[in-house]
Amino acid sequence: MNRRVGKTVSWQRHWLGMLLVAVVLVAVPFVAALGGQAWVRIANFAILYIFLALGLNIVVGYAGLLDLGYVAFYAVGAYTYALLASPHFGIHLPFWVILPFGAALACFFGVILGAPTLKLRGDYLAIVTLGFGEIIRIFMNNLNAPINITNGAQGITLIDPIRIGDFSFAQTSTVFGVSINGPHKYYFLLVTLAILVIFINIRLQDSRIGRAWQAIREDEVAAKACGINTRNIKLLAFAMGASFGGIAGGVFSAMQGFVSPESFSLMESITILAMVVLGGMGHIPGVILGAILLTALPEALRYGIDPLQRMVFGHPVVDPESMRMLVFGLALVLVMRFRPAGLWPSSQRRRELSEGTH
Amino acid sequence: MSEKPILLAACEVAKHFGGVKALHDVSLTIRRGEIYGLIGPNGAGKTTFFNCLTGLYKNEGGYFVFDGNRLAADAPHKAAAVGIARTFQNIRLFGNMTAIENVMVGRHLRTNANVFGAIFRNPATRAEEVAIVRRAEELLHYVGIHERAHDYAKHLSYGDQRRLEIARALATEPKLLALDEPAAGMNGTETEALRLLVEGICRDGVTVLLIEHDVKLVMGLCTRVAVLDYGEKICEDVPAAVQKDPRVIEAYLGGSVA
Repeated sequence: MNRRVGKTVSWQRHWLGMLLVAVVLVAVPFVAALGGQAWVRIANFAILYIFLALGLNIVVGYAGLLDLGYVAFYAVGAYTYALLASPHFGIHLPFWVILPFGAALACFFGVILGAPTLKLRGDYLAIVTLGFGEIIRIFMNNLNAPINITNGAQGITLIDPIRIGDFSFAQTSTVFGVSINGPHKYYFLLVTLAILVIFINIRLQDSRIGRAWQAIREDEVAAKACGINTRNIKLLAFAMGASFGGIAGGVFSAMQGFVSPESFSLMESITILAMVVLGGMGHIPGVILGAILLTALPEALRYGIDPLQRMVFGHPVVDPESMRMLVFGLALVLVMRFRPAGLWPSSQRRRELSEGTH
Repeated sequence: MSEKPILLAACEVAKHFGGVKALHDVSLTIRRGEIYGLIGPNGAGKTTFFNCLTGLYKNEGGYFVFDGNRLAADAPHKAAAVGIARTFQNIRLFGNMTAIENVMVGRHLRTNANVFGAIFRNPATRAEEVAIVRRAEELLHYVGIHERAHDYAKHLSYGDQRRLEIARALATEPKLLALDEPAAGMNGTETEALRLLVEGICRDGVTVLLIEHDVKLVMGLCTRVAVLDYGEKICEDVPAAVQKDPRVIEAYLGGSVA
């Protein structure tokens, strides 16, 4: 995969590009704030979804394992944080203890899910993982009796924000003379995490492990014959993807201050998978694009459709929520019809999906 | 020849699919440094034998002793780890990876970088990665397709794909290289080039087990030949003797040759 490292791009241009990206990333929350705090939150969710989608990308994009229950790991991470940092049990551990613990627990669940499904492929794997995702959600929903662990459908409230010493992510504070409020802080935290996951994705892609994943995706029998322990390598993909899901869940918990099983529905799993597929499986920029589009589009519709309808018909005709599903479905169908490899696929994936071998 | 140590001994290996006996107590021994041919009509069980040997199938009876140890042939990657590499009858390359990447995958077994190495890219991992690339380049040179190193495997010509598969197998540092019909579909020139390549591999210390339909190639190349028919070994000898064996002639031509 050395060819992806563009050696012709001069270093100066490289750094200039990086600087530009950094400036844009810093500017985003302040620009978004002009349209209201809601847009900062939307930006935060977009980045959280980038993080999640890139975690799932390891499982689906790199190792080629179709996972429809990814949200289960997100839920495990979220509930771990919620239970260990809320008045529910009266435990208030610091985030730097819970986040790694949540990641480890999600990783454990990843292996639990991965181990029995190793021999399954494609649709069959998708069905089992889908079931797993639902099981976790239903557990969260019903683990309020006989012992109240998850507080059932009511969810857990008053979850601690992330706090470093006296620097709480829930309050506004002044850093270097600039006033930064809660959502802004989470924005920068999320950007840092997203950069980390992007870095890990890039590094993995171009490594011995990444090649093994690609080999398994291409031809599992041949990969085995080449001496790849496909069991371990697949479990590794599940475990890594799950860990990222766990971390994302923890941050979600802290950011929202509230979790309930509702947030971890099948629809959520499908949305994250759609981000990966729509953007371009296995291609980092594509997945990022997918995540941004699928987070921003519904919001844009929410804010845009209603005024538009009032303008055209004088009163709302279609409920924005159902309009959202319509547009979402239509977008998926159109992308799969005209760009089956995703909106911004890697050259690799485009080849895999093109019929001709010319 | 006979004083050379035994590398592989198959002892009464049996495999059946439902009622079909694909392999019926096949025993044979391959010595170090040999080019050992395995021939037989279609459906004789040659590829089944290969699959049992390399752990793709589980044999119901018998066992293999490889390099002094009994093979726990229950997983292909374990067979590869002890030093048995193979190619496939219907070429199985990683089509959307380049030729050199295919060979680099073959190095997986003999390299160690784990996830942390991959992420942090410490000096040891970087050195290993450089070594992987260098070794892959050498192997592509060795089989003679280095000019196509950065072409996608599926875009290579048929003959080059066969060579690439051999290079990938050699990357696992095998003691025994099992080739499943490497000359299938090749023309005369390509077959001749393949013969030279296999001879070279053997000279460089890798024992070769060869399944082949091209009898001329087998007879010219192999030191010893075993013949399978309906899952049974009917003959094992030097090529000249095998050619004259009446059972072999019967198996190939059918009926008696009175």
